[in-house]
Amino acid sequence: MTNKIERAGQFIRALPHADALGMELEELDPGTAVISMPYSDRIVGDPETGVVHGGAVSALMDTCCGAAVMSHPSNPAGTATIDLRIEYLRAATPGQRITARATCYHVTRSVAFVRATATDEDEDLPVAMATGTFTAGSGK
Amino acid sequence: MSKRPEPVQVVKQRRDSVLRALTKGVPYIQFLGVEFERRGDELTAIMPFKEELIGNPILPALHGGATAAFLEVTAIITLSWGMIWEDMESGALNVENLEQIKLPRLPKTIDFTTDYLRSGLPRDAYARARITRAGRRYASVHVEGWQDNRARLYAQATGHFVMPQRDA
Repeated sequence: MTNKIERAGQFIRALPHADALGMELEELDPGTAVISMPYSDRIVGDPETGVVHGGAVSALMDTCCGAAVMSHPSNPAGTATIDLRIEYLRAATPGQRITARATCYHVTRSVAFVRATATDEDEDLPVAMATGTFTAGSGK
Repeated sequence: MSKRPEPVQVVKQRRDSVLRALTKGVPYIQFLGVEFERRGDELTAIMPFKEELIGNPILPALHGGATAAFLEVTAIITLSWGMIWEDMESGALNVENLEQIKLPRLPKTIDFTTDYLRSGLPRDAYARARITRAGRRYASVHVEGWQDNRARLYAQATGHFVMPQRDA
């Protein structure tokens, strides 16, 4: 399993946009993934408060959902986002790392259904929640 | 007799510098490299291609997260620009000193749904937002993103926002 995480971690670091945001794979199990992203001044959306831009959280959620699809036991050859909805429950606390947890609930011959939550260091109330559908299998 | 209209350069310079003040202040917009072009009050967002935006290096294709972020940035700036426009044109917003310009707070995203219609090609992307409804408290925005052909969208999005309370 450690090997699998290492390989998947390398895969995520090879995604230029995920790497630019400093994303790190924390856990990977069949159909679930945990990916975190450090706080950085570069991804601030509101300069007055220092709160991270929603777009950076979207990128984290998208990557994490994609990883959950790829780790699903049905072994999809590749995946791409069809649709992703994000709800922003509250502002992430400036300076804190954001961690996304995604679960791929079901994969049909062509579609994967995923849900994810993102938290900062206060894990009681998520920062954001996501619902997405992804392509699965050989393509569209 | 009505007042003589302002010289066109004065008008353009005021609008362009306020737009710059609005976008340059947001670090994440700089991180993505997103720029805005203005025709009258209409804005077009441009995300020039760079390697950092790639999500799938094999295809290669733009990262879905970069696309979602691009469309969300477009929605927020377009909403904010709409709020500022009236005050800027009426003179209520003091634009004499842009260093000290007091722009309203940015709208806050409630939810944002991105619809990926085609994979994002490794080239520049464009987007325009249409404010479907702008109430005192909430706003609903639709955004269209395209690359080579205006009619062939590569992504579209709908989002809801809480508008900042003015002078609160």
